[in-house]
Amino acid sequence: MPKNNGHQDKNLVVIQLSGGNDYLNTLVPYQDGLYYDFRPSMGLKGDNVIPIDDKCAFNSNMGPFKTLFDQDKMAVMMGIGYPEPNRSHFRSMDIWHTAEPFTSSSEGWLGKANSLIDPDGKNPVTTVNFGRGLPRALASQGVSVASVGALESYGLYTGLAGASNRDAMLDTVSRIYQPMADGGFPSRRILETGRGALDGADLLREAPSSYKSNVEYPEDNPIAQSLKGIAQVMSAELGTRIYYAAHGSFDTHTNELVNHALLWDQLSKAVECFWDDIQQQGKGNETVIWMFSEFGRRIADNGTGTDHGSGGVAFMIGDSVKGGLYGDYPKLDLSEQLEGDVHFNTDFRQVYSTLLEDVLGIESEPVLKQKFDALDLVKN
Amino acid sequence: MTTATSARTDVSLIAHLLRRAGFGATRDQIDAYAAKGYEETVEELLHPKQEEAADQDLLDRYFIASVEARSVGHADPQWAWRLATSQKPLEEKIALFWHGLLAVGGVKLDHGLEMLTEIDLFRRVGLGSFQNILIEISRNPGMMYWLDNQNSHKDAPNENYGRELLELFSMGIDDLGGGAYTEDDVKTAARAFTGWASKPTPPPFFLGPFPMEFNFDSSDHDDGEKTFLGETGNFNGEDIVEIIAKQRATARFIAFRLYLFFVADEPNEPEIERLADVFQETNGDIRSLLRSIFNSDHFKSEEVRFRKVKSPAELVFGTARLTDRFDIPDMESSSLANQALFMGQHLLNPPSVEGWHEGEEWVDSGSLIERINFASGEVGRTDAPGIERMIELVENSNDALQPAEFVEACLDALGCIDLGERSKSVLIDHAAQIGSFASDNPGSVERTVEMFQLIVSTPDYQYC
Repeated sequence: MPKNNGHQDKNLVVIQLSGGNDYLNTLVPYQDGLYYDFRPSMGLKGDNVIPIDDKCAFNSNMGPFKTLFDQDKMAVMMGIGYPEPNRSHFRSMDIWHTAEPFTSSSEGWLGKANSLIDPDGKNPVTTVNFGRGLPRALASQGVSVASVGALESYGLYTGLAGASNRDAMLDTVSRIYQPMADGGFPSRRILETGRGALDGADLLREAPSSYKSNVEYPEDNPIAQSLKGIAQVMSAELGTRIYYAAHGSFDTHTNELVNHALLWDQLSKAVECFWDDIQQQGKGNETVIWMFSEFGRRIADNGTGTDHGSGGVAFMIGDSVKGGLYGDYPKLDLSEQLEGDVHFNTDFRQVYSTLLEDVLGIESEPVLKQKFDALDLVKN
Repeated sequence: MTTATSARTDVSLIAHLLRRAGFGATRDQIDAYAAKGYEETVEELLHPKQEEAADQDLLDRYFIASVEARSVGHADPQWAWRLATSQKPLEEKIALFWHGLLAVGGVKLDHGLEMLTEIDLFRRVGLGSFQNILIEISRNPGMMYWLDNQNSHKDAPNENYGRELLELFSMGIDDLGGGAYTEDDVKTAARAFTGWASKPTPPPFFLGPFPMEFNFDSSDHDDGEKTFLGETGNFNGEDIVEIIAKQRATARFIAFRLYLFFVADEPNEPEIERLADVFQETNGDIRSLLRSIFNSDHFKSEEVRFRKVKSPAELVFGTARLTDRFDIPDMESSSLANQALFMGQHLLNPPSVEGWHEGEEWVDSGSLIERINFASGEVGRTDAPGIERMIELVENSNDALQPAEFVEACLDALGCIDLGERSKSVLIDHAAQIGSFASDNPGSVERTVEMFQLIVSTPDYQYC
């Protein structure tokens, strides 16, 4: 049997919701009296929710999500998490990045996926990250990942004041980073890395020039700009399989009603634009978006916000995704709580297994170190 | 050898020493050290004066959130400032060495105050006896928490600390995972460290971190007879560390790690054996080991110069120090820690108990672009005193410089560095596009800065 279980290989777009997205105010249990008991200042109702069924509603800032959900293009993972939850941002994000809840590892799950997709490191842009610095999810020994702030200014010397002679400088640098046949100094590996970095930068910087779209992404919305960059790289057909972007901070200890709403408003608009764009490019079937956060937040509010919790909600979007609600909405009764938080009921590594096998078309076991029951989330 | 050649040899050797024992130095600083002499410089570096820094109060006032720092993100401006400005470079370098070897990860601890306390610990004892360093780190509450000794009890020892103490901190394992110790030794070490943990303490102010304190609970300590590495007794943690410090495997492991950090990415067996002997002759005195390294013909030889890939910290602080622009602790200095993070080294937060994977693994395509953009930005700061001085040095060197002389003058101004022949010839070609250099030519400053920027963009500059 092929690794992808008969599915066509697709490209993965990861959107990380950094800081711990409040599950209960994202997918609201709007008919549950306990929710309003625990959230006297934070409970969403009336115009502030968009009901999905007789139990759950989206936050009212998630209109475009409701549309995608109604089109059967969105799988909502309720109560996703991992055993023995950790409430530190660092540690919990690390667990989601490395898929190792019990040991500390420096290898990311997508970094490992990259080395299975492109074992010889032939394509310097197999993975493209939008943001500075590499999320640990993308880190793996010998794997090169382009980390892009903005495509137009990506590459060498673009932020340099007074570099009037940039072209001549680039030409000289390019002549220096030519791998030599023999060993010696500087090492072949560093020269090849430099070559890959320069080639990757040239490819990525050129991507916007071939891009045509009538979608207008909002200017003052950072995640929309990142997704626009992803759409531009996609349209350039560079063989990129993994895209990564982050949005936040969802660490809403205070002033949550305002901040959480703003973050979701930005994200919804960004995803709406991106999905329009993808449809126009005819890539709806070969693109899957995966959205997660390192944890959810406490069931009870703290007056103006919510503190770090466990268990959360995640989303998978695509024309090829089997839409619907997955897992169970965790019960809020005191007796069902985990130290004031919701219990998880779906291990995130099961979804990773689906993403690796049915989306990226690679074996999940070498990445996750064990076999998880993949969820049946992909149509074709 | 003419006097001029020998003077040039002296300064490039001193520059090499300062890149390894510290974070490099400006051309003027190199001259000042060279005037003192090589061995005298080694001794000065090896004996940093132990005292609270005069600017600590200033630093605390500028970075108020870094005082009793809650998280690593709050704490790192403190260390960034020291790395950028300390006049005791080996004190910071040895702290960085132990920070990577006896690694406590912020990922689990997430406690800025404790991470800074640990860096201070390394500054204080990091050049002394290895046995003492191991004892101190075993009494470090952050370490005890990080490696689960908190959960190690008399009737149920947790083996995490016992194992890493042997495997990663002292005796090491070979490529096949074998060690000069047994699983029984790991279990015995764990038993001997039962009762070693941190004590709960109240936070000093609202939302402040809990300062961590070490606590030995004798009622939770297994005081029974133990056999460890062939010796038998009612060992406590101190005894275990004393036995570990006597082992040849420990001497070799620490010699090996010091070699990789201070000398070259490629290990040299005879030199590591020689250093292991020094370790045993001096009861593991780190200062003696470093003296023996820095004064060796091997260290001074061309063979090991520029044969170590700079860590992000070495690249960032080594380049930033050239600018000599840090008068007051402001955002400019605190952002340097972020620069190292963008290049893959999150200071105060090593990725795991193994520390960082060093050497060529530092350089991937994303981090190389960050490195080049950062370094070329720094040497392009024409308003910074250090860069003004570098430009002046090039302008003063001669009336008219041929392209090759011009490249050499720029390399010299950047702190007496050198490049491989191939990169150098490409840069000479670049210079030759315009021709000879004279300081009164229009655009001479721009030309000089551009050459600085190209030099720090080379693969060669990634090495120290």
